[in-house]
Amino acid sequence: MEKTYYDPKDLKKFGQIAEFEPQLAEKFFDWYGAVFKEGALTQREKSLIALAVSHAVQCPYCIDAYTEDAMQKGANEAMMMEAVHVASAIRGGASMVHGVQMMNKAKKLSM
Amino acid sequence: MIKSLKARGNKLAEIKNQLKILNSSPFNGELPTFKEKLEQLNDFPMKPTNIEIFQINVGYMCNQVCKHCHVDAGPDRKEVMTKDYLQKCLDILEKTKIHTVDLTGGAPEMNPHFRWFVEEATKIGVQEIIVRSNLTIIRANKKYHDLPEFFKKHNVHVVSSLPYYQAGKTDAQRGDGVFKSSIEALQSLNELGYGVPDSGLQLDLVYNPTGAFLPGDQAQLEMEFKQNLKKDFGIEFNSLFTITNIPISRYLDYLVASDNYEEYMYKLVTAFNPGAVKGVMCRNTISVDWDGFMYDCDFNQMLDMKVAAPSSQHINDFDIIALSKRNILVNQHCYGCTAGAGSSCQGTVA
Repeated sequence: MEKTYYDPKDLKKFGQIAEFEPQLAEKFFDWYGAVFKEGALTQREKSLIALAVSHAVQCPYCIDAYTEDAMQKGANEAMMMEAVHVASAIRGGASMVHGVQMMNKAKKLSM
Repeated sequence: MIKSLKARGNKLAEIKNQLKILNSSPFNGELPTFKEKLEQLNDFPMKPTNIEIFQINVGYMCNQVCKHCHVDAGPDRKEVMTKDYLQKCLDILEKTKIHTVDLTGGAPEMNPHFRWFVEEATKIGVQEIIVRSNLTIIRANKKYHDLPEFFKKHNVHVVSSLPYYQAGKTDAQRGDGVFKSSIEALQSLNELGYGVPDSGLQLDLVYNPTGAFLPGDQAQLEMEFKQNLKKDFGIEFNSLFTITNIPISRYLDYLVASDNYEEYMYKLVTAFNPGAVKGVMCRNTISVDWDGFMYDCDFNQMLDMKVAAPSSQHINDFDIIALSKRNILVNQHCYGCTAGAGSSCQGTVA
């Protein structure tokens, strides 16, 4: 059998993290559930943010979970891909904006 | 256009093969069967309440071949209810307190006696006549173009499937061109007042997920459908019913072929909502097939699970007392009606 670090079946076991530390897990899952409830943002907006962040942090479990969650909440493919572009733009932009730092340093070192 | 499983000779056209899948992994120890789940709630066997809805499947013939169809309907299906059996249904409606007749198919309008039946049902004073129209039938052929007027004349409650407010997802599930034709049909219904506030003409839409996922929040989706259909096409409707896809027939075939079956069953079981069990439609509905046999619901009909009332399995032997004492038959597909906010032909139940 192929051995990998990520197994899709492990996503279903997320709740089992309580086995090693139940009290903190309970607080975490309560908070997690509350975060995704309808509030100033709709549940679908939160789901699309989660999908974007999943790509930024490159979490395969989260990508699977929030692709499905966003579809369930009525998001279409265009909405989901735009969310991924937002994450990618911030990731790319975060590197690019450091170009200013590089330029500052280069200019300082140059005659 | 794809063909029905039956026409393709697909092994899932045979009910025993569907049941074999539903009764094997992950329900051989990994996940509880639906019966076991009900036993945990002390709700097994499930009992009916009063029969309020008589859902008649007047035939499996349809002008569409939707990928998720639990009936395996299509143009190649020839099973159609006879006028004699339709008359028998009217007799039952006349002598009982069943207030709603729910006509389904296939495309119920393709039954040659459809209009006669609706006229007769109106005459005997059936309180509510629902037709589950696929919409495209209205545009399919000249002889159906006046259906909206006919529906209006008899105050028929129209319930129509539209899985998304855009063409891509709708056509992917229901066939090329279905969205465009559905929009035209909805516009013609709107012109007569259907779906327009205070018109008294009820037009509801049904949302089925276009894939291996569960439906989202009904109220949220309804709002979104209303906004988008109004903005893009000027369309109005009354309510959106979210319905979970039941893992039988063509939807089961899709789940298996796309390697989504086990995951989907996990989702249904994980989302099991004890609060939905009380309101499932098999409690107050009797489903009748084209050949006059009765079932707890249209899904059980497709699995040939006839009502557990040996003396009253056919409309010729209709006995409301015997039916009220029956146990409702269940299998793993029933998880589809108890997931999340629950699911029925009238949308969510919990």
